Amino acid sequence: MPPIVVVGAGQAGLQVVDSLRRGGYTDALTLIGDETWLPYQRPPLSKKFLLEEMDPARLYFRPAAHFSKQDVTLRLGVSVTRLNRTTCELTLSDGSTVHYDRLALATGTRVRTLPVPGADDPRVCYLRGLDDAVRVKARLVETSRVVIVGAGFIGLEIAAVARALGKEVTVIEAQGRVMPRVVAPLVSAYFQRVHESHGVRVMTDAQVQAVVNSGAGLAVRLRDATEIPAELIIVGIGVVPNTELAAAAGIICDSGIVVDEFARTNDPAIVAAGDCTRHRNTLFAEPHRLESVQNAVDQAKVAAASLLDVPVAYAQVPWFWSDQYDVKLQMTGISTGYDELVLRGVPESGAFSVFYYAGERLLAVDSINRPVDHMVARRWLLAGTKIAKHSAADVAVDLKSVI
Amino acid sequence: MPKVTLIAHDGTRRELDIPSGWSLMEGAVQNDVSGIVAECGGGCACATCHVVVDPNWLAKLPAPSATELDLLECTAVPRQANSRLSCQIKLSADLDGLIVQLPERQT
Ligand SMILES: Cc1cc2nc3c(=O)[nH]c(=O)nc-3n(C[C@H](O)[C@H](O)[C@H](O)COP(=O)(O)OP(=O)(O)OC[C@H]3O[C@@H](n4cnc5c(N)ncnc54)[C@H](O)[C@@H]3O)c2cc1C
Ligand code: FES
Repeated sequence: MPPIVVVGAGQAGLQVVDSLRRGGYTDALTLIGDETWLPYQRPPLSKKFLLEEMDPARLYFRPAAHFSKQDVTLRLGVSVTRLNRTTCELTLSDGSTVHYDRLALATGTRVRTLPVPGADDPRVCYLRGLDDAVRVKARLVETSRVVIVGAGFIGLEIAAVARALGKEVTVIEAQGRVMPRVVAPLVSAYFQRVHESHGVRVMTDAQVQAVVNSGAGLAVRLRDATEIPAELIIVGIGVVPNTELAAAAGIICDSGIVVDEFARTNDPAIVAAGDCTRHRNTLFAEPHRLESVQNAVDQAKVAAASLLDVPVAYAQVPWFWSDQYDVKLQMTGISTGYDELVLRGVPESGAFSVFYYAGERLLAVDSINRPVDHMVARRWLLAGTKIAKHSAADVAVDLKSVI
Repeated sequence: MPKVTLIAHDGTRRELDIPSGWSLMEGAVQNDVSGIVAECGGGCACATCHVVVDPNWLAKLPAPSATELDLLECTAVPRQANSRLSCQIKLSADLDGLIVQLPERQT
């Protein structure tokens, strides 16, 4: 069935290639990515990499030699501009073409840009890739006042780093609380307090109307006409999945490349994995599009299995983490549809978990500086273990003993 | 550069030169050591970078954080008394000669 081609040399693309070789595929294998770096870890970009002196080479998943040793043709710094499913051919930005017999799409996402006047100012930055991180890092050095637009994970992680670097930081969030999409209000409230106690000004229900550059300097103007002076503006208002290549070729997309539980698209020769997919997971009734390392890795393994004709259905529990100051948030499961929250530990202690239930069924757990709760919850959610609310709430109960 | 010896589960030894300031996990990954998975990229969030430190070296390492200790309870192969997460071991001249063993699996 050679050759297999993987488009997108990120977390998922790398894992597809790795799993194919581990799975015994020995024929031609090409990994194409439009970034010039070797495939690298993104999570540290908004954490350690911004904070410390750090050689980008520390972020690579594998050294360059690995790819030659594994006989993987790496084509970096070129993007795939066209997919022709009739001829099974890809057209690249350098004008060359690549033939595939089977194809994996792992094109990830790109940042949503701030749709307001003035946002094209070079001091308005985003953070998705290593190039962005290098730029933001350099700008942070020469800046004392940072405004962050969007209180999602990435915005808040950057806020924490900027505070640690001694910058004056304002976070602007359009909705009523921080991390509004993903955590319960009490978790949002906890994180807002943490940021405020570290000296961050958090403004919620605040809509950015424009980026202005007057005689007084750069500023973010809100809808109520308030102007917040800034020397650097970092925007983290979400991402858009890279589906254009697939969609233009007639692959079904619905804000994400649509795949089944075997990571297969509507074309039997093409699978997709990672942030770019709207996918099925047999643990859930609804399809999801997730942005996480877990999903990129686990779904890529499923995609590789399908390419090898030994299909394995995707049935993994989602998990995620975020580091802000010395607070580690770990999340597992999907909390959508919860009707009750059970608290384990107290927020005031700086270590607690929130269990999201629908009736008696546990849907998800957010753990704040309680990694054991998180790890145990992952196992329960995978096994469908029933965990009584009173046990979840009782810190004296050793969760590891609950099977 | 500090030298570190990694002993794989099958007994194979590899000696690596890892720059000071790098974590042991980063050094292993950049040398294509397959026995370290490091799913979270050093975030102390996944416990897939588990190593068992040679007892003679254990005392030379800074004590693990509370998070690392908790995560060590959750490794794929149960921890030993001298287990650590390699992403939390920062190399320095003091650790030149460090010896660690890799567990049978990480996930
Ligand atoms: C700053 C930051 C912090 C994060 N922190 C965490 C965290 O703490 N925990 C967590 O679980 N997740 C985190 N994530 C999310 C995680 O990094 C992503 O979910 C993961 O990288 C997704 O992998 P992927 O391979 O699907 O996409 P990506 O890693 O985005 O890779 C896709 C690649 O494909 C390339 N590409 C796209 N189109 C083409 C084309 N046509 N031709 C060639 N190449 C193409 C892209 O440029 C990119 O290199 C973070 C992300 C960011 C940006
Ligand atoms: S790399 Fe994840 S805990 Fe060390």
